[in-house]
Amino acid sequence: MNFAVLQFPGSNCDQDCVHVLADVLGHSARLLWHKETSLGNADAVIIPGGFSYGDYLRTGAIARFSPIMHAVQTFAANGGLVLGVCNGFQILCEAGMLPGALIRNRSLQFRCENIFLKTETRNSPYTNAIPEKLMRIPIAHGEGCYFAQPDTLSRLKANDQILWRYVSAQGETTELANPNGSVDNIAGICNERRNIAGLMPHPERASEAILGCADGKSIFESIIAWQQQQAVAKAA
Amino acid sequence: MKAKIIITPKKAVLDPQGKTVQNALEHMGYQGINAVHVGKYLEIEVAGDREAVRRQLDEACHKFLSNPVIEDYRLELE
Repeated sequence: MNFAVLQFPGSNCDQDCVHVLADVLGHSARLLWHKETSLGNADAVIIPGGFSYGDYLRTGAIARFSPIMHAVQTFAANGGLVLGVCNGFQILCEAGMLPGALIRNRSLQFRCENIFLKTETRNSPYTNAIPEKLMRIPIAHGEGCYFAQPDTLSRLKANDQILWRYVSAQGETTELANPNGSVDNIAGICNERRNIAGLMPHPERASEAILGCADGKSIFESIIAWQQQQAVAKAA
Repeated sequence: MKAKIIITPKKAVLDPQGKTVQNALEHMGYQGINAVHVGKYLEIEVAGDREAVRRQLDEACHKFLSNPVIEDYRLELE
């Protein structure tokens, strides 16, 4: 499978994503500078974490107008898989490709810690191969408080678009388990068509046992499994 | 001419920064503070026909300078 990992000025998780996809999972992954205008032969696009354009104005607000984002929007409009991690999630919300917005953490603090993540649905290209247990994945953000208007939130729930929530070690969605004040403990969502997703936690930082935890790998494995199912269905 | 753009968080949006400033004001003994909202202020030097400038900047405010999901803006031309 061919992954394209976007690189904006200020991206800093791009190499980690390429490492996991290529070295850990054995797939093709290449970096794509934001000034590029084509995604080439990519089967899926990863928008990595970081501080694109120094987070000036609002997180992701400037990056969404980079030339490569036109290609990403066309790719997604044709059903292509696009996953945004952390700053990538912020960029997708700013671009209007995912509903809602990410605002300053309730605590006003940058939070960098391991959290427990509950996968709320396996019905998506990003969650289908995740085992039936909580994931332990790091977060590292100052603006990760997910906000959506009540009607948007109702639609997210009605369409099963909430992919992940912050939970306690016992799997409960408590206030204490919510690291940033996100509405309804939301950590990650997908669009209605389910081909675009974003999450604040960093699965690429928890994809190898040597790093203390490999739970995050199952998100990337889900994408690969999904792509393979699609290829089989197409051939049949 | 000079354009002044004031961006504030929408009322329904959590504004922890405003709340923290409000608490600090109260701790300092300032009375009657009902709410504080921390936003952004932009000054843009711009040339051209006044109405065209207004139209153009209004679009920029909506598309880029503010995020309508979480913010309101006010545009003034001097």
